[in-house]
Amino acid sequence: MNEHPQIKPAPIVKRFTVKAGRERAFDVFSAGMGDWWLKTHSLTKSGAKTVVIEPFAGGRWYEIGNEGEECDWGRVLVYDRPGRLVLSWQINGDWVFDPELLTEVEVVFTALSEKETQVDFEHRLIENFGAAAERTRTILEAEGGWTGLLAIYAGFAGRG
Amino acid sequence: MAYHLKILQALADDTRRDLFEKIAARPQTVADLARVVPVSQPAVSQHLKVLKAAGLVADRAEGRRRIYAIDPNGLGPLRAWLDQFWDQQLAAFQRAVEEGDER
Repeated sequence: MNEHPQIKPAPIVKRFTVKAGRERAFDVFSAGMGDWWLKTHSLTKSGAKTVVIEPFAGGRWYEIGNEGEECDWGRVLVYDRPGRLVLSWQINGDWVFDPELLTEVEVVFTALSEKETQVDFEHRLIENFGAAAERTRTILEAEGGWTGLLAIYAGFAGRG
Repeated sequence: MAYHLKILQALADDTRRDLFEKIAARPQTVADLARVVPVSQPAVSQHLKVLKAAGLVADRAEGRRRIYAIDPNGLGPLRAWLDQFWDQQLAAFQRAVEEGDER
C-alpha cells in the first residue's frame, strides 16, 4: 500500500430539545447517567450497576458493575453546571479502556425557556480511534478496517 | 455485519470502483475526478455520496473545494456505529429527563 494522507472523520453532532429546565437536564445527564445509560452498553463483567461522572474537572468517568468492580471510561475535562460538560471518552474499538486514547464528548445545555432546554452534543477527535487501532491492532482493524476492506476489494477487482 | 453489505454494494458499480481506485491513489476533488471518468460531474457527486455512506471515502473542505480521500484506518464503519450508539443513548437520556418530576 502507498502512504495515504490522514483524513479526519467528521465529529458526531446531535442537537435536540428536552422538555425540562437547564439544571435538570444537566443533572440527569451527569449525576443521573446511571439511571438512563443503556444496560446493553455495559463494560463491566457483572453488568452495569451505575455510571459515575465526578462533579469536577479532573474527575473520573467510570462504570460500577453489579459486583462492585469499576471500569474507567474517561475523565471529566470541563464541569460547568448547568451549561456545559466535556468528558474524555477513552474506550477503544475493542471496548477496552485505553489511557492513551483521547476522544472528547461535549454537551452544551442552552435554556430556551424555563421548561425547555436545547442540548448540543458532540463526540469529536474520532480520528484518534485510528491511531489507537494501529497501536493495538483492534478487532475493528481486522474486521471492518482497511485490511478487511482491501480483501473484499481485491475479490471484486479479481472478477474484473 | 451490515456495513459490509454497504461496502459491497458501493463497490459493485464499475464507475464507483473506478472512482474509489482513483481516490485511493491520491486525494482529489469532484472536478478532478469528473475530468477522468466518462460521467458527468453531478453523477460523480452521486457516486461519491454512496462511497461516503459506506465509509469508503471521506471529504474535507479546503477553502471552497471539497477534497475526497480514503480513510486509511477504515474509521467510517466505526463512526457510523458510534453515531447510532449516541442516538440510542441520547434518546434514553431524553426519556429520563422528561419522565421524572421536577425536583
